[in-house]
Amino acid sequence: MKRHLLSTADLSADDATLILDTAAELARIADRPIKKLPTLRGRTVVNLFYEDSTRTRISFETAAKRLSADVINFSAKGSSVSKGESLKDTALTLEAMGADAVVVRHWASGGAYRLAHAGWIRSAVVNAGDGTHEHPTQALLDAYTLRSRLGSLEGRRIGIVGDVLHSRVARSNVRLLSTLGAEVTLVAPPTLMPFAVEGWPCSSSYDLDPVLPKLDAVMMLRVQRERMDQAFFPTEREYSRRYGLHAQRMAALPEHAVVMHPGPMNRGLEISAEVADSTRSTITEQVANGVSVRMAVLYLLLGGSEPAIGTENEGGAK
Amino acid sequence: MTDGTETTVSPAAPASAAQAAMRAVLDASAVSRALTRIAHEILERTQGADDAVLLGIPTRGAHLATRLGAQIAAVEGLELPIGTLDVTMYRDDLRLRPARAIKRTEIPSGGIDGKLVVLVDDVLFSGRTIRAALDALGDIGRPRAVQLAVLVDRGHRELPIRADYVGKNLPTAQRETVQVRLAETDGQDAVLLGVKGAGAR
Amino acid sequence: MSELASEKPSPAADAYTERQRGGGSGNWTIRGARILGGEARDLFIRDGVFVAEEVRGAQVVDADGLIALPGLVDLHTHLREPGREDAETVATGSRAAAAGGYTAVHAMANTDPVADTAGVVEQVWRLGREAGYCDVQPVGAVTVGIAGERLAELGAMADSAARVRVFSDDGHCVSDAALMRRALEYVKAFGGVVAQHAQEPRLTEGAQMNEGEVSSALGLRGWPAVAEEAVIARDVLLAAHTGSRLHVCHLSTAGSVELVRWAKSKGYPVTAEVTPHHLLLTDDLVRGYDPVYKVNPPLRTQADVEAVRAGLADGTIDVVATDHAPHPVEAKDCEWAVAAMGMLGLETALSVVQHTMVETGLLDWAGVADRMSVRAAAIGSLDGHGRPLEPGEPANLVLLDPAASRTIEPAELHSRSRNTPFAGLKLPGAVRATFLRGTATVLEGKVIDR
Ligand SMILES: [Zn+2]
Repeated sequence: MKRHLLSTADLSADDATLILDTAAELARIADRPIKKLPTLRGRTVVNLFYEDSTRTRISFETAAKRLSADVINFSAKGSSVSKGESLKDTALTLEAMGADAVVVRHWASGGAYRLAHAGWIRSAVVNAGDGTHEHPTQALLDAYTLRSRLGSLEGRRIGIVGDVLHSRVARSNVRLLSTLGAEVTLVAPPTLMPFAVEGWPCSSSYDLDPVLPKLDAVMMLRVQRERMDQAFFPTEREYSRRYGLHAQRMAALPEHAVVMHPGPMNRGLEISAEVADSTRSTITEQVANGVSVRMAVLYLLLGGSEPAIGTENEGGAK
Repeated sequence: MTDGTETTVSPAAPASAAQAAMRAVLDASAVSRALTRIAHEILERTQGADDAVLLGIPTRGAHLATRLGAQIAAVEGLELPIGTLDVTMYRDDLRLRPARAIKRTEIPSGGIDGKLVVLVDDVLFSGRTIRAALDALGDIGRPRAVQLAVLVDRGHRELPIRADYVGKNLPTAQRETVQVRLAETDGQDAVLLGVKGAGAR
Repeated sequence: MSELASEKPSPAADAYTERQRGGGSGNWTIRGARILGGEARDLFIRDGVFVAEEVRGAQVVDADGLIALPGLVDLHTHLREPGREDAETVATGSRAAAAGGYTAVHAMANTDPVADTAGVVEQVWRLGREAGYCDVQPVGAVTVGIAGERLAELGAMADSAARVRVFSDDGHCVSDAALMRRALEYVKAFGGVVAQHAQEPRLTEGAQMNEGEVSSALGLRGWPAVAEEAVIARDVLLAAHTGSRLHVCHLSTAGSVELVRWAKSKGYPVTAEVTPHHLLLTDDLVRGYDPVYKVNPPLRTQADVEAVRAGLADGTIDVVATDHAPHPVEAKDCEWAVAAMGMLGLETALSVVQHTMVETGLLDWAGVADRMSVRAAAIGSLDGHGRPLEPGEPANLVLLDPAASRTIEPAELHSRSRNTPFAGLKLPGAVRATFLRGTATVLEGKVIDR
């Protein structure tokens, strides 16, 4: 039975800790002259990207190559508007090519889940971001970064601020960080707070300022400018004033607290340049940690007769 | 890390039928004597061991390396660099078992280039772990020479690999299992011999 | 289990079988059926009409243990012809209807071309007659091309051979209040009814599933209950204002039930339908992203399921209508976001109603007859359907075995499509025979080839 990484909800605390510990060991290899390991020699990893994301793709590609896997980049352009080859047909092609793992970025929520469970392929599927659903490896690298800055996540207070409604990073982070024992607070204008957020394993607030002094870390989410035209908020200026992180707000954070952003940033909208470039910012660290975390995930899914992570129930919905 | 088929019994687990069925071939004092002998042999054969680096293969090999280092320090007053070398990512049998957690690799700050590396492991069996260790070493540096110290050599080599220092040669059948138990991980020192699957599920 | 059709003089088996083919002569004796689930008695049919006396030489159906209901009437069926014959045709869809116990279906107008002219509705009506499995009563579009801009020629469709009385832009909502008002007013001239697919378009742009806990967790854009309820609220007031008949299609939320209940309490000329899937399934099923559960209006919550059941039980909701919506495999074997909306319903509706309404004690079989036949025929102004099983009435009836149960296998369905959300579910009841004006369209549980 193949297992996949589709959602951080599928990871137990032990699974997540194993990934982070493995990533920590693998990170040490990045300092060696020879960064490559022979572990996945002869295995094929396909990067199937239905959305442009050079950063994520390169991160996965580097991770797979450091483990000696063969990497095939499959850039499948096509959206709900301009339909190209169907996901199913692409999947059948990948199956015929003998892909051992498919790393998939898809514009549709559930794209990765569908690829894993529709019966089209047998490969392991790693969700590299699906619509407004999840981006589990981003959350894992965020947790990794937090752990290396703050030590254990148990009892730590993490704020996630901005367009939570449309954020796959927020969904993955809420699930993972709460699994790891952190207390998450979502901060967003009511228009950008998900429906029924009361049922999530976190608290929420419409107001940033009272939350900041209690945080060990604050994660600023990217806000897409077109949300303004859909009346989610009136103007960029108002958004930035109420929810942006600028130097004065950063001063309200405790001394040790760190500032995170999954990138790419809108400097001046959700985060000021001064904050983004400050020593509290982990933004460049997050990028470097991405490779180690993705190596860990690929190793744990592919590096044995069966994966070491994933408690996902294959029973399906019926 | 040992070759192939040894099962590791958790120290916390109560004495199981499997343990009961196992016979001690070395007791604590025998283990201690064997390590002392190896320490002397290393000093002797490396003429003072002044460029030696001890690299233990986790988990028990790492503890053995630490003990050997202490013994050598006691005898010669020489603090050898000691490290660990995890070989998981270099194994050739990864696909035969579920993906395993990788363990710590800690190369001493002086590195291994031009040094005499003494690999330390608990049991030498097929030789595949040592093959993986040699590959791993190659990615880290270029030692002057590599030697191998093991507490138990139980035979059945599948590769042209031999140990330079052996605590105990233990002729075994393929179907037998050898367990090395150390105070650090298992509460006490011993080497146990049993039959695969006997009394255990 | 009862042997279904055994002839009284017990002729040679092969001769007997021979006579069943083609549905028989029109003279039947149905032995011992429980009428509307009540007392068992015999039914006699001569030349397609119920009669008081047994007809000599009539074929006999042993209906011991079976329940007789008037032939079911569906107010909401998508037969896809013309235009999407790869998904369904009038012939395949009406076969599926007969298999499900229906003797009449209302064929929705969102075909290609749209059923917005007398020509198209007559074509669909004629195809139904040629197929002969059930009466196919076309629904006319309210607006030209169901584009929501100009009224279609409603009068011409009403006056056509198809005698259209139900008008709907189903699939789309007549969201323009002024246009909806005019449509309601205009159909009064010929006793028509406007069947509204209630969906506020701006509140449901890009909507993928019910807005709720599950949509939030799955990152799928929500289709909020208020988008349905807001339109129903407006429309019942328009119905009151115009004094014209409004029918609410496939209502799906607890709030919608409340609104219709209120409108009826005021005496407004409003009727409503619920689908079998909204009586049974919830949005929790979407968690696997399997598009077989993608439907419009979307599957709602358990609280909504309970509310629509209660509404159907107390008569607030008049009818169960299938919203049978066939789709080819490729429209469902894909990502959720690009999948088509809709589910099959004709062949499972009666079982779902038995499971959700009868077994729960919410409706008795007379109630089922009322909600699945009598009231549907009345809303559709359909003559000869939904009538009592009494002498002088057309012999439209279904015999069902309430003690049977079956596991739904998509491959065994008569529809051309396979998109049933009930696949693998074990449901009670089985249709043993269906008669359309005395002609058996189903016998011994098998559709009779025509
Ligand atoms: Zn509709």
